[in-house]
Amino acid sequence: MTFDDVIAHLEARFPGGIREIRRALGETTILVRTELIRDVCRVLKAELGFNYLVDIAAVDRFTEQERFEVVYNLVALAHGLRLRLKVRCEESDPVVPSITPVYPNANWHEREAWDMMGIRFAGHPDLRRIYLPEDFRYHPLRKEFPLLGIPGSLPLPEKPESPAR
Amino acid sequence: MSLEQALRQGFFTTRLEALARWAMSNSVFPMPMGLACCAIEMMAMAGPRYDVARFGSEVFRFSPRQSDCMIVAGWCTYKMAHAIRRIWDQMPEPKWCIAMGACASTGGMHRCYGVVQGADQFLPVDVYVPGCPPRPDAVLHAILEIQRKIRERTEPVFAFPEKE
Ligand code: SF4
Repeated sequence: MTFDDVIAHLEARFPGGIREIRRALGETTILVRTELIRDVCRVLKAELGFNYLVDIAAVDRFTEQERFEVVYNLVALAHGLRLRLKVRCEESDPVVPSITPVYPNANWHEREAWDMMGIRFAGHPDLRRIYLPEDFRYHPLRKEFPLLGIPGSLPLPEKPESPAR
Repeated sequence: MSLEQALRQGFFTTRLEALARWAMSNSVFPMPMGLACCAIEMMAMAGPRYDVARFGSEVFRFSPRQSDCMIVAGWCTYKMAHAIRRIWDQMPEPKWCIAMGACASTGGMHRCYGVVQGADQFLPVDVYVPGCPPRPDAVLHAILEIQRKIRERTEPVFAFPEKE
């Protein structure tokens, strides 16, 4: 199986669902319509052998239309193929369907993307912050977040009285 | 037994206070708060090559209740700071604290929202050890500084009740 087969199969299954295909440097990247991502993943896993989700990344394309981008890296172990899927969403409503029902390990990756970028994953079973305290109100990898954080947003324990020395 | 006799047999006199300080300063049990890469050098210090045992600190105590000196080795995140503070509170008085490495002292290269810019923002640090990571002998020097602090303490070791 080659990438041409993969793309032909996807185009047959999702007419109009693929927004862009980019092939460069031996890598294939497919931008799909956001609402289709779970079905695309399901087809890729069940029919095309992409059985391994390596990682999910989130990108802040600040000042662009459709500000946030979610990147999925998939591998078909039996065929030795690596595929990159992308979806985009608007800043005003950053919601992407969760693919945790298809790839269970997406659970923590999606929680990370929610924690760091503030992208919500619809249908995620347990969308909580994964790194930062649960009462933290910001998403620190967004471009507008200041490098040293917002003073007072992360509480520190009080410094004890220096004992008599 | 007269004093001359006693001295001839190898006795000497001192103040109980000084004796206790001498004993305390030479039995500093560190609490290894290994948080990042610095912890590796802290282990090297405890190992046979640098051998902190020569200075009476050989027992790294993994229970805060048995230790008197916390070595904060590595960068503290805001989330971890609460745990560190709880461990610090469990250590019995008197206690001392070493901020080991650039990160524990100032935040170091981790100049970002998640890392406390210096452990002294929530702990009373006694000795700062510069370096990234500090060499084990630098940490040995910090322990010697703690020992000097213990010997030069003004707080009495024993508090006897006033006589009526
Ligand atoms: S001072 Fe250097 S070695 Fe120590 S914790 Fe920081 S980065 Fe790691």
